[in-house]
Amino acid sequence: MSVAEREFNHMFGKDPYSIPLEGYDVSQPELFMSGTELPYFERLRKEAPVHYCNDSENGPYWSVTRYKDIMEVESNPAVFSSEPGITLADPEPDFDISMFIAMDEPKHGDQRKTVQDIVAPTSLANLEPIIRERIEGILDTLPLNETFDWVDKVSIELTGQMLATLFDFPFEQRRKLTYWSDVATTIPGPDALIQSIEERQNILLTECLPAFTELWNQRVNEPPKGDLISMLAHGKETRDMGPMEFMGNLMLLIIGGNDTTRNSLSGGVLFLNQNPDQYDKLRAHPELIPKMIPEIIRYQTPLTHMRRTATEDYTLNGQNIKKGDKVAMWFLSGNRDPEAIENPDDFIIDRERPRQHLSFGFGIHRCMGNRLAEMQLRVTWEEILKRFEKVEVVGDPVRNYSPFVRGYAELPVQLRPIAK
Amino acid sequence: MTKITFVKHDGEKFEVDAENGTSVMNAAVDNLVPGIDADCGGECACATCHVYVDESWFKKVGGTNDAEEAIMSLNPDRQETSRLCCQVPVTDEMEGLVVRLPEFQF
Repeated sequence: MSVAEREFNHMFGKDPYSIPLEGYDVSQPELFMSGTELPYFERLRKEAPVHYCNDSENGPYWSVTRYKDIMEVESNPAVFSSEPGITLADPEPDFDISMFIAMDEPKHGDQRKTVQDIVAPTSLANLEPIIRERIEGILDTLPLNETFDWVDKVSIELTGQMLATLFDFPFEQRRKLTYWSDVATTIPGPDALIQSIEERQNILLTECLPAFTELWNQRVNEPPKGDLISMLAHGKETRDMGPMEFMGNLMLLIIGGNDTTRNSLSGGVLFLNQNPDQYDKLRAHPELIPKMIPEIIRYQTPLTHMRRTATEDYTLNGQNIKKGDKVAMWFLSGNRDPEAIENPDDFIIDRERPRQHLSFGFGIHRCMGNRLAEMQLRVTWEEILKRFEKVEVVGDPVRNYSPFVRGYAELPVQLRPIAK
Repeated sequence: MTKITFVKHDGEKFEVDAENGTSVMNAAVDNLVPGIDADCGGECACATCHVYVDESWFKKVGGTNDAEEAIMSLNPDRQETSRLCCQVPVTDEMEGLVVRLPEFQF
């Protein structure tokens, strides 16, 4: 397809219900950057819940948009493989970075088991006081009644500190972790953080890999301890990984703990401002925080989708998916499916079964860090409510240019102190 | 109704009357038994309703099915009598069933 025809197919700014379904491509990043993506998914759910897009930036792919169908795909990893990759973009040629999220059994399970202890409930109980102390430190230095960027000062800072702790990475260099994660997930472009795929690969190979290799060499010669690099360096299934696999799994853990929590931290502030009745309810009933957290994660859906690849022909909700086809499970859409979730477009902090959402995926690849993410968000909101009457959004958020990482580049806020 | 007892890792007991035709997971959730989150709502897709079936009951309850085994095998703390209790139906046969709630789910 020529460039001109592609332009013609751009959906941004057009009425979701007037574009022919054959030309539908919900993976266009403009939709997400403008925050206008949801009605397009609504139409797919209603009219073509398993939809074939015959051309996109990343070639043809299926969109699965209903909760129940997404569950069916998630529950069948033998037919819906995580190899060769979990985003619509195929792995970059000659850059064979490999991570267990994009592996099938048995290797996926073997590698996952090596690191999942760090997010086991007993580890979380030990981490909680450290996290709380860090959060207090961040919140106590914020200016009152003065505009600042919540994303930079709180969401990024907090997740950066957290990652440095989990990796036992040099604390003063923690923003490097955020930077590498952003480098890995940014769509290259003239105004973007990176201009090209080559630049991405170059940064990861010449900055990220050597830094981690140094830490690996240091940890492998020390007795095993509780940080992620030490766990990988000593784990039976991971200690013989090659450099690209080592970096791949580290990137997975960094990205997994970075964008997702960061954007849920920002999203929560935005949603409470958009729904003042819910903010009032929260202030009156801070004991609702544990229920509110999964609702924030559902409503944000920080990773919009995961991709699978069919290993055989399969009929899903009447559509014939062929062996080799790419299949996008749009968690963002399933989380707004009225057949699965009551009043799904409403942000309600005291829902009945708030954890019944797709943001963490389901099945054997279900997010490993889900309870850690919830804990970080819960502790953050507990500490926010102790200090501030309101985190007030004072301008429009700047949203990410990405169909995968759904979140915010900026969120201007002012803090209102609790009246003494 | 069928009587089922959930025993917390610290020994605390929760005795509930379960409705036949539902699952042991439903019985726990409906009666607010702690440690059974059941995030996926009974689809065998999240492994947050893990229980250790009492030894004396395991034969009657039976072992894991394939889907259950796939997700459960990722857990280093699974035991021989581990089940995801959303996959265990409540029937008359289960009257008096005792299951234990693993510490890692709290």
